[in-house]
Amino acid sequence: MRRLMSGNEALARGAFEAGVTVGAGYPGTPSTEILENLARYKPDVYCEWSPNEKVAFEVAAGAALAGARSIVTMKHVGLNVAADPLMTLSYISVEGGFVACVADDPGMHSSQNEQDTRNYARFAKIPLFEPSDSQEAKDFLKLAMQVSEEFKTPVILRTTTRVSHSRSLVELGERILSMKKIGLVKDPPRFVPIPVWGRPMRQRVEDRLIRLQAFSESSPANRLEWRDKSLGIITSSIAYQYTREVWPEACVLKLGMSYPFPDSLIRKFAEGVSNLLIVEELDDFIEQHVKALGLDCQGRDVVPGIMELSVDRLLAAKARHERRPVKEPKTSAFSDRLPPRPPVLCPGCPHRGIFYALGREKVVVTGDIGCYSLGAFPPLDRMDSILCMGAGISMAHGLEKAGEPCKVVGIVGDSTFFHSGITGLLDIAYNRGSSTIIVLDNRTTAMTGHQDHPGTGRTLMGEATKAVSIEDIGRACGIERVSVIDPYNLDQAGRVISDEIAADAPSLIVSRAPCPLRERKRVGASRKILAEECKGCELCLNLGCPAIEGGEDGPRINETLCAGCGLCQQVCPAGAIVSGERA
Amino acid sequence: MSETKSIVIVGVGGQGILLASEILAQAAMLEGYDVKTNEVHGMAQRGGSVMAMVRYGKEVHSPLVARNEAHILGALEKVEALRYADYLRPDGLAAVSTQAIMPVTVSSGAARYPEDAAELLHQAFPRLVYIDAAKIASDLGDIRAANVVLLGAISQGLDLPLESWEKAIALCVKEKFLEINRKAFAAGRSYS
Repeated sequence: MRRLMSGNEALARGAFEAGVTVGAGYPGTPSTEILENLARYKPDVYCEWSPNEKVAFEVAAGAALAGARSIVTMKHVGLNVAADPLMTLSYISVEGGFVACVADDPGMHSSQNEQDTRNYARFAKIPLFEPSDSQEAKDFLKLAMQVSEEFKTPVILRTTTRVSHSRSLVELGERILSMKKIGLVKDPPRFVPIPVWGRPMRQRVEDRLIRLQAFSESSPANRLEWRDKSLGIITSSIAYQYTREVWPEACVLKLGMSYPFPDSLIRKFAEGVSNLLIVEELDDFIEQHVKALGLDCQGRDVVPGIMELSVDRLLAAKARHERRPVKEPKTSAFSDRLPPRPPVLCPGCPHRGIFYALGREKVVVTGDIGCYSLGAFPPLDRMDSILCMGAGISMAHGLEKAGEPCKVVGIVGDSTFFHSGITGLLDIAYNRGSSTIIVLDNRTTAMTGHQDHPGTGRTLMGEATKAVSIEDIGRACGIERVSVIDPYNLDQAGRVISDEIAADAPSLIVSRAPCPLRERKRVGASRKILAEECKGCELCLNLGCPAIEGGEDGPRINETLCAGCGLCQQVCPAGAIVSGERA
Repeated sequence: MSETKSIVIVGVGGQGILLASEILAQAAMLEGYDVKTNEVHGMAQRGGSVMAMVRYGKEVHSPLVARNEAHILGALEKVEALRYADYLRPDGLAAVSTQAIMPVTVSSGAARYPEDAAELLHQAFPRLVYIDAAKIASDLGDIRAANVVLLGAISQGLDLPLESWEKAIALCVKEKFLEINRKAFAAGRSYS
């Protein structure tokens, strides 16, 4: 049976068919739907959202040590968090198959950087698979699982946004379970990398790499396609699909198992073609290696290495390669007259009130990763930095210790707080900081599509569980000033925030209101503006609410969009905003 | 590339563009074509401009539509139609809903919504189906079916039989919304 599946759905299907029994991960675009789809195979597969990628990686590693087949899922920056277990799992090896599904985001559609995960495979000296469509996503997941079990190595399966979020046809197969008996077979020299045992492991990693290289020479994932031999292209991942559109006559060496490199295959291909071109997205990972083999090729000199590739960009690359002038596609004459439409905080978003309140304070705001990153845009414009998950808290402390003349407020979301905010908060309490930390607790991991986390009281398997209290964690970390505010009550929220900023001790403010998008209901009655009362001060527009539309005749509220949070009513000095009829 | 059909559907996050592209992909699949689609997730969805792409044919490689390549551009919002006009080939069909949704950049005074958007659409697209999809859907009983009204208009430019469209709608839409979506599609398909 053939089904239309996204790359992420196909990876989940592949994990199911490969006999995976444990899946763990942390949500992150474009990887999130892998685990969400795998969880649909319950009770055959146990799945969990772990608090962060490091924990998820270790959970899956533990399962693999017990002999189970497991996967862990994350976005590219998540692997930075999980890099510690990655580097040493390569040493201690696995018993059941272990595949880390890591999704890169070339073009930074939903990410703070554009790092290329392929480098991690070489760094950790483990195999790498790169599917280029959904069928391959499923097939390569199974292949990766076999390689992992046969060579007892963790494996990285790397997708990109366009592989994960494109749909294509997939042939479904049967689930094949492992015959291994579950249970750790005690073997400290294998699993305990204290130096006396770690040093031999180090050697085994290198020996394994040589065996893996021999394997990759004949792996079905690496494919030679002979056509017109005047040009040969080595490519991988989604770049393969664009290559087939742009150079339909060229010979192609498609790398599906792209690390360790199949050197003999690459040499054979290079010898068979008159010109060699490397087409790859992001880093010149393949090109550097091909050049190190002493082979003459082109690549980065014609194919851009910044932002994602496309057929359009490769048509330009083809022109450069053939030394023809680059023909730009026709663009419309009026494009500069169109108003930009950036993403915004939704109508009724509980984060809006906090940013508005912070707008009245003379503070530096260190921010974090989530929907609330949008608080950096005008008109709210109330976030001064973003680094990575959890940094909203720790960087606030660093600014303070450096002597920043303004008071510092750190902003973090609820899921992000559990992910990597707790240690930062502990640091502030321990090292006598006085920053104000605000947790924007909307009871969900909103930006990635509303996943549960340790504070929501529900697991990915759909079970009720203990909802961990952010306030309790704050107190346990040693923060004495802990308060909870309602972000829809601007006066109260503003007062508490002012008081806590003024205090000489560190404080934790939990701003609590569930994401209306998740709740699928309005916050309150929709509002309207009484035109005869409106003074045209446009203060309501400073909220940056998509439901309030400015205009020549004064602002008006789009009743369909309005979620009824009432913030505009609170900021209107003329009392011109009132409840509409609808509740 | 010549025998592959390429369709781009654009609008604002939350308008149901992904459902429209999914129905289209299913309909093409039911006709035995190879199909690829692409869509945007994550940050861009939060009220931002959103695009979905569908390509079908004998063998499809790229899931992305190149500029000046699309046979059809469907848009649920006027400015978004103009923003992605470049994707349409010169003889392509544009199906555009008359709806205007103000971006925050306009509300805040940083940018202007072009008052002559309708004129620009007629200039930009020699083959234009200009349809009040929201009104038609509302009259049928649910404004949220505007996406499927537009899909009906899009279907005018594709060679997929009605039977496959109806099967695809049944596959993608919940039972209780099936009737209205069938009607919405029919209204868009017969609109001229």
